Amino acid sequence: MSNEATLHGHSEVGTSHDVHHGEHEIHHHKETFITKYVFSQDHKMISKQFIITGIIWAILGGLMSVLFRLQLGYPDSSFPILEDLLGKWAKGGKIQPEFYYALTTMHGTVLVFFVLTGGLSGTFANFLIPLQIGARDMASPFLNMLSYWFFFLASIIMVCSLFLETGPASGGWTVYPPLSALGDANNGSKAGMDFWIVSMAMFVVSSLLGGLNYISTILNMRTKGMSMTRLPLTIWAILFTAILGVLSFPVLFSGLILLMFDRHGGTSFYLSDIFISATQKALPNEGGSAILYQHLFWFLGHPEVYIIILPAMGLVSEVMAVNSRKPIFGYMAMVGSLFAITILAFLVWAHHMFVTGLNPLLGSVFVLLTLLIAIPSAIKVFNWITTLWRGNIRFTPAMLFAIGFVSLFISGGLTGIFLGNSTLDIHLHDTYFVIAHFHIVMGVSAFFGMFCGLYHWFPKMYGRYMNNTMAYIHFWITLIGAYLIFWPMHYEGLAGMPRRYLDYSGWSSFNQFGDLNRFISTVAMVVFAVQLMFVFNFFYSIFKGRKVTSENPWGATTLEWTTPIRPGHGNWPGEIPEVHRWAYDYGKDGRDFISQTEPIGANESSH
Amino acid sequence: MIQSIEVKDTVSDQRKKIHPHKFTLWVGLGSIIMMFAAFTSAYIVKRQQPGWTSFDLPVVFWYSSAVILISSVTMQFAVKSFKQREMRRYRQFISITAVCGLLFIGLQLIGFDQIWKSGITFRGAGGGQFLYIIAGLHAVHVLGGVITLLVLFFQAFNSKIRNYNSVPIEVASTYWHFVDALWIYLFIFFLWIH
Repeated sequence: MSNEATLHGHSEVGTSHDVHHGEHEIHHHKETFITKYVFSQDHKMISKQFIITGIIWAILGGLMSVLFRLQLGYPDSSFPILEDLLGKWAKGGKIQPEFYYALTTMHGTVLVFFVLTGGLSGTFANFLIPLQIGARDMASPFLNMLSYWFFFLASIIMVCSLFLETGPASGGWTVYPPLSALGDANNGSKAGMDFWIVSMAMFVVSSLLGGLNYISTILNMRTKGMSMTRLPLTIWAILFTAILGVLSFPVLFSGLILLMFDRHGGTSFYLSDIFISATQKALPNEGGSAILYQHLFWFLGHPEVYIIILPAMGLVSEVMAVNSRKPIFGYMAMVGSLFAITILAFLVWAHHMFVTGLNPLLGSVFVLLTLLIAIPSAIKVFNWITTLWRGNIRFTPAMLFAIGFVSLFISGGLTGIFLGNSTLDIHLHDTYFVIAHFHIVMGVSAFFGMFCGLYHWFPKMYGRYMNNTMAYIHFWITLIGAYLIFWPMHYEGLAGMPRRYLDYSGWSSFNQFGDLNRFISTVAMVVFAVQLMFVFNFFYSIFKGRKVTSENPWGATTLEWTTPIRPGHGNWPGEIPEVHRWAYDYGKDGRDFISQTEPIGANESSH
Repeated sequence: MIQSIEVKDTVSDQRKKIHPHKFTLWVGLGSIIMMFAAFTSAYIVKRQQPGWTSFDLPVVFWYSSAVILISSVTMQFAVKSFKQREMRRYRQFISITAVCGLLFIGLQLIGFDQIWKSGITFRGAGGGQFLYIIAGLHAVHVLGGVITLLVLFFQAFNSKIRNYNSVPIEVASTYWHFVDALWIYLFIFFLWIH
């Protein structure tokens, strides 16, 4: 490649950035409402679009869980108001079985993909990458904007599916065929399933466009002096998340295309000659393999859980170091364990399929690989705890959520060791034990990571603080509530109580859990109400929060705190600062912290 | 003025070894590879299952392979002409490349038609059904390349802006060679395993 070509390339990037320099060009280039707030190419605005869309989705997804918890906690009562609100889905004030399945399916889909993937990665990758690596914007601001709008389109399609007459997809969030391929077998597999597939296809496009951008920005656009080992751990985590997404989402896409052909083309990739009771007929298909779908789905599905948890780990690591006023313990070990998790993420998918007809020998290979994940996870936990050890801890809300994350990650991770064993899985699969495990280790943990990030970077995003009192209430009730909701589910699961059932009261082995279910449901509603308080706090603080008065309110070393309090498009008004040290010089040589932009002193050893 | 400062700024501050857009493309190619890897692995897995049906690869696929190989050569000429700033030849070559792309898609469709007429429809899940989907999606990727070339073609006619930035055409050519190589891989795959 000639030098000339590369230089031309630079000038092109330079000029395309130049057009959007808020600070530079405020007089030359007028931004309209549309270009600033709607079709914005500023990574900071795109990140805000992601978080607000994510919040709306989280409210919807949370509300769904409240509705089905209502059914699980009070299977005998009826709530006439539900019929007023939901019509035929809650005939006689009782949640109808089909609606119940639709609720659980949509709850899973929404939370896993739209909130904890789109909302979490989309928000923090967009916001933090350019700010923390020292770049004006993403490698391609335009693709970045497209990434959000594909996410938006996916959201609209998914929301529309909720209003279909036959209801949204309802075969579980994993949409296993044959159920998801047969409209005759299940109303939710009619138009709702098509909407689901199209929406997910849009979502895959969105996450690919985002992921490509994140990777090439991190690898190519770092400021001078910002070597990879000087990056904050947030960026490392986001990099690995993006790599996971780019390599695994296309596989889901392939799987869904085959599913679409089975549904409408008459192919038999997943379908075979099974008998459907609704039509009293056998299918004409032959030789299809439902397990093939499961392989394709879980090849995404397992990396997906790391796509959810890795950004949270990154946010927590950063917030924890800042608020312990100590360097993160074992920086390279943290990076190495992120890398190990990324590799292992691709090698463990079949542990979701131990009991679906997988070859037992293959199963034991996957047991080994699955249990290996405990090693990098334990390294990370060890490093977080040792970062806290003898730290000068500031219990800001962000820090509390970071510590809460570690607590939940340990609790949920331990039950992963149970579930990773194929023999134990014979008893535990598809029980509430699984529900408890993944909600704690990836659901609530990832939420804690997200909250931790939001409380910490809110001042950078909006130039104001969130209200601390509400934040503390939010933290304690959410933490205690999360344990009260999911801890008892382990007992139910160990007793064999299966997931995805509408009503357990007629089942003599499980009706002893009636009171426990009611308790869980009550706590779930309280916790949901507290999340609404968080949402109130978020939006209230955007407009009325206490104003940030200094550039670096947390005393952090990283680059985003060297920008103006409300940075324009382009982030730094002058030149992009040069980096001279790693991101974790806290408490060094008797100084509280040393910004990454400060040159190494004469008597100082570099890191 | 601002522009020139900015250029210097970016060059000195951000040590880019490879242009970010090119890099983005390479990562994107990785994800396209994953998609087709999923399909071809599904093909291999599915082949072991009962009810697998095979098919004969029509001769026309040899022609389409030849066409797409030629189009890669003309694409390379287009890049070369662009770098020599011979815009007329450049436009000629990208037109030829785009036409080759469309011809390729046409030949693929003829091939599909022949297989379909031999009695292999969407019923079942053998090699034929996989071929429709895999080669069909590949053709969609070629179509994406053709559209990109059309955009570049019309940009080259824009007389107001003299643009000698070769990144877009280089990105397009990398993509073009990629879909070419992808088809050759798929073709060999279908020839070998069916």
